[in-house]
Amino acid sequence: MSTAATPAASGGLSKKDFASDQEVRWCPGCGDYAILSAVQRVLPELGIPREKIVFISGIGCSSRFPYYMNTYGFHTIHGRAPAIATGLKLANPELTVFVVTGDGDGLSIGGNHLMHVLRRNVDLTILLFNNRIYGLTKGQYSPTSEQGKVTKSTPYGSIDRPLDPVRVALGAGASFVARTIDRNLPHLQETLRRAVAHRGTSFVEIYQNCNIYNDGAFAPLTDKETREAAVVELVHGRPLVFGRPGERRALRLRGLVPEVVPYAEGSTSGAEGGGADGGLWVHDEHDRRLALLLAELEPPAMPVPMGVLLDLEAPEFIAAHMEQERRVTQTQGPGDLERLLRGPETWTVRES
Amino acid sequence: MTTSTSPGASSSRGERTPLVSAVVRFAGDSGDGMQLTGSQFAHEVAWAGNDLATLPTFPAEIRAPAGTLYGVSSFQIQFGSVRVLTPGDRLDALVAMNPAALKVHLGDLEPGGLLIVNRNAFDQRNLARAGYRDNPLEDPALAERYRLHAIEVSRLTHEAVAGLGLGHKDAERCKNFFCLGLVSWVYGRPIEPTIEWLQRRFAREPALLEANRRALLAGHAFAETAEIFGEAYRVEPAVLPPGTYRRISGNQALALGLVTAAVRAGRPLLYGSYPITPASDILHEMARHRNFGVRPFQAEDEIAAMGAAIGAAFGGAIGVCGTSGPGLALKAEGLGLAVMAELPVVVIDVQRGGPSTGLPTRTEQADLLQALYGRNSEAPLIVLAPATPGECFQMAYEAVRLALKYMVPAILLSDGYLANGSEPWRIPDPEELPPIEVQQPPAAAAGRFAPYARDERTLARPWAVPGMPGLEHRIGGLEKEHISGNVSYDPDNHDLMVRLREEKVRRAAAEIPPLEVQGEDAGQLLVVGWGSTYGAIRVAVERVRARGRAVSAVHLRYLNPLPPDLGPLLGRFRRVLVPEINRGQLRRVLRAEFGCDAVGFHRVRGMPLAVGEIEQAIEALLDGEAGA
Repeated sequence: MSTAATPAASGGLSKKDFASDQEVRWCPGCGDYAILSAVQRVLPELGIPREKIVFISGIGCSSRFPYYMNTYGFHTIHGRAPAIATGLKLANPELTVFVVTGDGDGLSIGGNHLMHVLRRNVDLTILLFNNRIYGLTKGQYSPTSEQGKVTKSTPYGSIDRPLDPVRVALGAGASFVARTIDRNLPHLQETLRRAVAHRGTSFVEIYQNCNIYNDGAFAPLTDKETREAAVVELVHGRPLVFGRPGERRALRLRGLVPEVVPYAEGSTSGAEGGGADGGLWVHDEHDRRLALLLAELEPPAMPVPMGVLLDLEAPEFIAAHMEQERRVTQTQGPGDLERLLRGPETWTVRES
Repeated sequence: MTTSTSPGASSSRGERTPLVSAVVRFAGDSGDGMQLTGSQFAHEVAWAGNDLATLPTFPAEIRAPAGTLYGVSSFQIQFGSVRVLTPGDRLDALVAMNPAALKVHLGDLEPGGLLIVNRNAFDQRNLARAGYRDNPLEDPALAERYRLHAIEVSRLTHEAVAGLGLGHKDAERCKNFFCLGLVSWVYGRPIEPTIEWLQRRFAREPALLEANRRALLAGHAFAETAEIFGEAYRVEPAVLPPGTYRRISGNQALALGLVTAAVRAGRPLLYGSYPITPASDILHEMARHRNFGVRPFQAEDEIAAMGAAIGAAFGGAIGVCGTSGPGLALKAEGLGLAVMAELPVVVIDVQRGGPSTGLPTRTEQADLLQALYGRNSEAPLIVLAPATPGECFQMAYEAVRLALKYMVPAILLSDGYLANGSEPWRIPDPEELPPIEVQQPPAAAAGRFAPYARDERTLARPWAVPGMPGLEHRIGGLEKEHISGNVSYDPDNHDLMVRLREEKVRRAAAEIPPLEVQGEDAGQLLVVGWGSTYGAIRVAVERVRARGRAVSAVHLRYLNPLPPDLGPLLGRFRRVLVPEINRGQLRRVLRAEFGCDAVGFHRVRGMPLAVGEIEQAIEALLDGEAGA
């Protein structure tokens, strides 16, 4: 983010300095604990004074997050956190602002604001906890629930098709899009570091297990037996490789169609070998078109991409706003209230 | 009914008939430039030193089909040598540019009034579009009833601009300035300000400048020399308090009030808005003033505009948004959050006809109850309402001042009439406005900062904003524990906080100046108004009083909290009449708050109340009392 590190002010802060005195009230075993812990670990590394950090949330389990952070925080209303965060950044561009939201808050009731904050590229980090269920209202299906989901509100199975947060973000023109998961702490922390470092809206989807209403939603991505085959970790400049040792696979693009090919360690081309056509798909996080193709990878035929899908330099909204203010002030001079009130035409009434 | 005088006699200023005031309406197709014509005439009138009030009325359609009744646009102005408080009930003069304009507006013209029509527009097609079977200009009754002047405005305009190389369409478009020149002569208003305006407007289009100038002069000369106007008038300058004046509309005044508040508070001001009639002009005006620290934000929707204002207030800036009734409905949840979080945001509601989309370009006063109560649970906030276009300035300033002082949201209720109507405005000295106080937090908290510890006098909580070291805290929409601000579900705490939020707003009543009563402060009948009906009520009460009948009036600018001296005042009158452009919203409030058995007068026509109808309502009530 744009705030410069102030070593003196942040010096010596540790994880516990970022924990508030409030008792954390998520269900025991909730994935949110891991995310909270990862954030509290990463923040001291950033060198940003605590008073310049703000967490803004909407409504839902995830949105209780600000209460547990010993920074400034605002637990707002359902779906509106991106709008409130935008206003906050316009009031004070120097703040480092996080938006904490969920699949319901961010994609259902607040879908419009999410789309527009991404389009504007406001310098914020959005953490979208996706557990594919409504937790706080006690277990209805969400806009990311798989079709056919049986819940209290859909006893015969849900009918709507789900949407994918990452594709929504890319479609809205996001400049930074990443995906990570609550159970992989190192990956989660590294993704957070990358997100905060990006200038503009950083959109991070965090797969998060709701052990009460949707337990095991991401189990194939975290279980020892399955995870290596189910997940492809994205590393910029490296081929998209996944699979258990001895069964390593890579992705290759045939035109716009991805395909899975055997992979020999150290190779940059498919095991079937060489030629322009046979080159492996090497991850380029600066390429929006490739990010769109990555977002299309879906299980079970394809592994789920985890990591930074896209990191683009793009004009940022708040900076542009301030630049316009500076430019107008420079050309017109600082506001002259007396002149403004007089307007173009006046007349004088004298004492009669 | 035209009075004939000898040729040329009327051209001498000395022989003009003096008038105390006049009501003129320009009406034509949406494309005929009637708003510009009226606005320029108002400009001339102001320049001549008259007091004035204007009422523009235009269709919601951007380019309504030509010649249709629903596509008629009009601009009404009353001007005079006396204080002018309303745009007038009945017309002394009507300019109708086509048959549709004549059909829509003729009913408002006083019998014997001056009627100017563009005869060239009365062709078969336009007559049919307006639903006339026969040409009304050929009906002798029209000329008997009114001082009719059917002038070939189009032809004369084309002749005036001939040789400038204008196409037919561009030439035709100059005809409004022909009419402006004509009416300016009739009332003896100066055309110099209009020529100056044309020079600025068309500085880069010399052909259009010359064409409009010629059309204006042609109309002026036509009236002077064509011997058809038997009368010419003059209206002496009004006696206004000394000072420097400009003409200002309510929306302009509102924007300037906000900018002034931001400058005086020394804080940036975020103006969040989603375009909506009739509030969009405030956004347009605010967006121009970047060099005053205004940060305009055209949001993706009404809710986001509200959210951005709340976020700005949380961040230490002045958070304002502007909207109209349907938009206020969408902001209700956000306003509830601002009440709970005790953040100073200001929401401007430029009321229009409703419900739903209603009458977007017409005025109404029916959002009072929405402003007062339109949120879930107990969510009190400050509600203010300016009475005139110029007063929008100080009430916008006042809304910001009170919001910051009491750390509470405020709603400012303007309306379509105030927004687009205009009047002479004495330019204030910003230094004379009351200072803006901010609830500064302690420099650093000893121990844990208490975001809900309150100022003893105002009950406001401190405005500790992100960036202030040592004051990190969390707020939100969940109920707060008194002082600590922690989330609390404690029953007694909730009851206490509900009362504290209410009491805080109640204490803002200390800011309200004493009520100014028109007439005696006790007696038979008190007329109570609020918002834009001020002028009409005041004039109606003046007229009834001039007939020797006892009636008083008071006007409310503070709707929540109500003025502390209102209850006692109501108690000193036998009857109370509340005229409103709604079905009795303030009347309900007065009944609920004071047990006052007020009588209502309601007309919900999308138009300002007329002086005459209020007069009648007053007389009827007084007659009833006398008979009882």
